[in-house]
Amino acid sequence: MEQDFLLSAPITFLSIMATILMVVDALIKKSSKITFTLSWLTLGITGVLAAWTLKHNGTAFNGMITVGSFGAFFDILFCMGALLTLIAARPYMQRENLEHDEFHSLILFAVSGMMIMAHANSLLILFIGIEIMSVCFYILSGYMRSSVRSVEASLKYFLLGAFATGFLVYGMALIYGATGSFDYNQIFMAAQHELRFPSLMMIGIGLLLIGLSFKAAAFPFHQWAPDVYQGAPTVVTAFMSTAGKIAAFSAFMPIVAIVSPADTEMKIQIILAIISAATMLVGNISALTQTNIKRMLAYSSVAHAGYLMMGLVAISAHHARGVSGILYYLSAYLFMQLGAFVIVSILERSGEKNLEIEDYAGLSKRHPVLAALMTIFMLSLAGIPPFAGFFGKYYLFTAAIESGYTWLTIIAVISSIISVYFYIGLIVKMYFTEPNESGESTQQLPGIASITLAVSAVAVVFLGLMPAGLLDVIKLLFGN
Amino acid sequence: MSTTVILFTILSIGAIASGISLVTRRNPVSAAMSLIVHFFMLAGLYLTLQAQFVAIIQILVYAGAIMVLVIFVIMLLNLGKEENLTEKFSMRTTLALALGGLFVVQFLTAFLGKKTGMNALPEKSMSIGTTEGIGNVLFTQYLFPFEAISLLLLAAIVGSILLAKRKHEAS
Repeated sequence: MEQDFLLSAPITFLSIMATILMVVDALIKKSSKITFTLSWLTLGITGVLAAWTLKHNGTAFNGMITVGSFGAFFDILFCMGALLTLIAARPYMQRENLEHDEFHSLILFAVSGMMIMAHANSLLILFIGIEIMSVCFYILSGYMRSSVRSVEASLKYFLLGAFATGFLVYGMALIYGATGSFDYNQIFMAAQHELRFPSLMMIGIGLLLIGLSFKAAAFPFHQWAPDVYQGAPTVVTAFMSTAGKIAAFSAFMPIVAIVSPADTEMKIQIILAIISAATMLVGNISALTQTNIKRMLAYSSVAHAGYLMMGLVAISAHHARGVSGILYYLSAYLFMQLGAFVIVSILERSGEKNLEIEDYAGLSKRHPVLAALMTIFMLSLAGIPPFAGFFGKYYLFTAAIESGYTWLTIIAVISSIISVYFYIGLIVKMYFTEPNESGESTQQLPGIASITLAVSAVAVVFLGLMPAGLLDVIKLLFGN
Repeated sequence: MSTTVILFTILSIGAIASGISLVTRRNPVSAAMSLIVHFFMLAGLYLTLQAQFVAIIQILVYAGAIMVLVIFVIMLLNLGKEENLTEKFSMRTTLALALGGLFVVQFLTAFLGKKTGMNALPEKSMSIGTTEGIGNVLFTQYLFPFEAISLLLLAAIVGSILLAKRKHEAS
């Protein structure tokens, strides 16, 4: 039992601290500075604890959660994402005149939900984790209570999310009915033998895929993403579209792996491949026509879910490259997408101003550094070497080819080329067009958000130039 | 006849009678009162099935908390004259009757032909419904999900207060 607590320290520590933070917040007036310090310390310590458990590999609490390796890797990503978001959020919230009060504890609660998702070794735990994360996201997206759009985003996300949860729970119930267990290992064992109710299992898996696709914003369950990402406060969007998506894939990967033995006719694999192809095409083509930068980035994040699903196809074809490909891509995606959204949040002015792509005209003259950083993130998102996005795509594409999905890779390449148009379009807008006559002259400095930007940019360049470092870690942990 | 059968007969007749009175009462408050009686009868039925924990929870949660909510809704809606409402619902009544009939048919087909009468409960299931049995499983095997659920509820409470509270003056 002591061993259980020790190895699950990242989750327990973070959850306890999130609760303490809430109490501190209630007891002390003007506590935003204290809670901010406490929360970044908490996230930092949790990251260190996760790194400490990284080498372990086992289960805890009667096989309810896994500890170490897979979960710990994701813990580090979540803590990193939350930490960068918190730092970037401080100047943003001050400018938008939002109270900090519960923001910090809600972010920590969301992170603990994500960690529970990544550590889940049972469908029951997975469900609880998904709900903790989602509830926090519903609230956070409505955090700007005075903005109609923010409240609309929150309500829309809540209603659609509740609907998706229904699919998820029904799928879990059917899988339980077919295999007699919630436990991942037992489902995996049961799926290898002849099931008594194979159709029950297939329907269950299908419903589960729908629920998880919703959380990952994959076609055709991506409709909520642009509206919610646009309406939510920009820093929250940055957090949701990175850490939230990473969490969705951390849940998706083991699920695909454990049900793949039941997939004797390759139905699930084909469905995943089709969803993947459709997601990236729809995401990239829709992004072409957007005039609002948050919507454009939202559709681009939908497209990235499509690329990531290529890795899931590879996993369901029992190809180890799928796992390492997804892990690498998620690490790269965290920094490039977060960086892009944080720049948007710095340039945004209260009342949802300065969010059109037109407003970025001539940015290089007004804000040379921000424009240069945005260029790095855009090039990385487009998958242009030498940035991290390129290598991420490269590993996923080779994983798909080696699993025998050449057609999927061709579609992925085509949609990447489409995506270059709008990513480079933004760069062209920043560097080669004259600023609007109404261009603001009074510019606010990014403040401590520049830490986030610096870390993200360095990570994107570093991961791109030296991908071997992270890949070695991944290989060490998961074998190939 | 054993005491279980006698208890079952009394409780089930009580449950059905209060159920009928629930849907036939004109006054919403007396309908709600019948619902409380119905919940108590069900709790008694659970007790005969050795499910003490569920029985207590049934009374605490349904007859207690949920009923308060129901009464509050009745109070806030201020339904007014019941006679005015009944006319509009004729279509719905037919549909409800049809669906209810379907439900009865389904039940009959499921249970007809099966061996009737009460069987002695298997040894293993005797301990499932007891508070001790549930507590034992809840704090050993399901300790982690139990704690995680409390986190979920906490986040939901904080969030609902946050969304509902008044906007701060510019600080």
